[in-house]
Amino acid sequence: MNALIEISHLKKSFGQLDVLKDVSLTVNKGEVVSLLGPSGSGKSTLLRCVNLLTVPDGGAIRVDTQAITFGQGKSSKLPGDRALSSFRATTGMVFQQFNLFPHMTVLANVMEGPVTVKKVPRNVARSQALALLAKVGLQDRADYYPDMLSGGQKQRVAIARALAMEPAVMLFDEATSALDPELVGEVLGVMKGLAAEGMTMIIVTHEIAFAREVADKVVFMRDGVVVEQGPPSVVIDNPQCDATRQFLSHFYGK
Amino acid sequence: MPAYSWNFSSLLAYKSLLLTGLGYTVFYTLICVVLGIVIGVLTALPRLSSSSWIAAPFRAYVELFRCTPVLVQLVWFYYALPVLTGIQISATTAAVSCLSLYGGAFYSEIFRGGIISIEEGQTEAARALGMRRGQIMWRVVLPQALRRMVPPLVNQSIMQLKNTSLLSVLALPDLLYQGQVIAHDSYRPLEVYSVVAVAYFLLLLPATVMSRRLENRLGRRAGA
Repeated sequence: MNALIEISHLKKSFGQLDVLKDVSLTVNKGEVVSLLGPSGSGKSTLLRCVNLLTVPDGGAIRVDTQAITFGQGKSSKLPGDRALSSFRATTGMVFQQFNLFPHMTVLANVMEGPVTVKKVPRNVARSQALALLAKVGLQDRADYYPDMLSGGQKQRVAIARALAMEPAVMLFDEATSALDPELVGEVLGVMKGLAAEGMTMIIVTHEIAFAREVADKVVFMRDGVVVEQGPPSVVIDNPQCDATRQFLSHFYGK
Repeated sequence: MPAYSWNFSSLLAYKSLLLTGLGYTVFYTLICVVLGIVIGVLTALPRLSSSSWIAAPFRAYVELFRCTPVLVQLVWFYYALPVLTGIQISATTAAVSCLSLYGGAFYSEIFRGGIISIEEGQTEAARALGMRRGQIMWRVVLPQALRRMVPPLVNQSIMQLKNTSLLSVLALPDLLYQGQVIAHDSYRPLEVYSVVAVAYFLLLLPATVMSRRLENRLGRRAGA
């Protein structure tokens, strides 16, 4: 079976700092992949490369039918605005800081992508958005503005907004790290529901217990390389590498 | 010291002169605010460019006009520019172009500042949805930035109105110039300049009250 996402030999540097050094990864359709690693390991950069918010310096990325190769000799140039936009429209991203549009209602936030990018008629987009809000348990908040919501509610709206584009894959960049502890559960609950429906997801998280429960594959990164990957029962419960063991000990040592 | 005996009734004869002055002041303000805002927008956008070759000339314009007094600019436009270029310009042309460019430099800063004050996360979220550069500016950045820009825009426009009082040095019949004429004629400078001051105040007070209302209305949704 062909993988849904294929990341090969990805490289990215910020100035002198090599954040990604030859990273390759495949994700199958319906698979939930969790990226773990200490800060500065490159996991967030890798995630941001999948939807080209960060443009890699070298390597190639394929998501479903769209493929882009980076930095092949001097003749190659960065993909244009149009190419980047259509590539990004096939992925959904959820940010640590929610990044909801504060000047739009919850409903308008969820409708924005389909209406502006996909040119879906407003009434169609509206009923889809309401269905998605119901799915994340916020249909009664459709007319609220983001600043009237709790952090957990904001993040659930952000998930609905990303889902509205009907993406091939959902990317979660530390989606629960900015939340008060008592609000983490409701967001993880929504993510678990998505995983159960067969949504392909790549999740950067510090919630080890969640990764063990939900992920099909755990990828441990350090210093810009993939150190170890495999099912959670191996990487989390029985890590093969010292680096992984050392990192995980911070979570169990308490 | 004997108390000054005020005599405002003697000014009634000059009513039409004052009204003409008021009319010119409002007229020049409107033109210079509109042109200034247009210049501000047109110069703010290239200044946001990542290429310094594009941004540099517009930055030079802004600094040139921000860092010299508008009175000096007015005199320079009217007296020096014709000598240098050989093109004779009317006092009105000099006044309008000078005040518009002067205001434009400040408006430009307001627009640029408003746009860059929008968090990077907003642009990223819009990009992640697949929005194009123009759509992001139009749908996400500008609606938020405009709300933040209202107070400084109103402020600068009030300055524009007050700056029109400097046009009297080019003998344009604005409110202050008419006041000077009446003062010379009536020998009642205290009364004349008091009336002129009150006229400016009455013109601007409603403007500031309206802007406060606008701010309150827009401000409600400005936060994240």
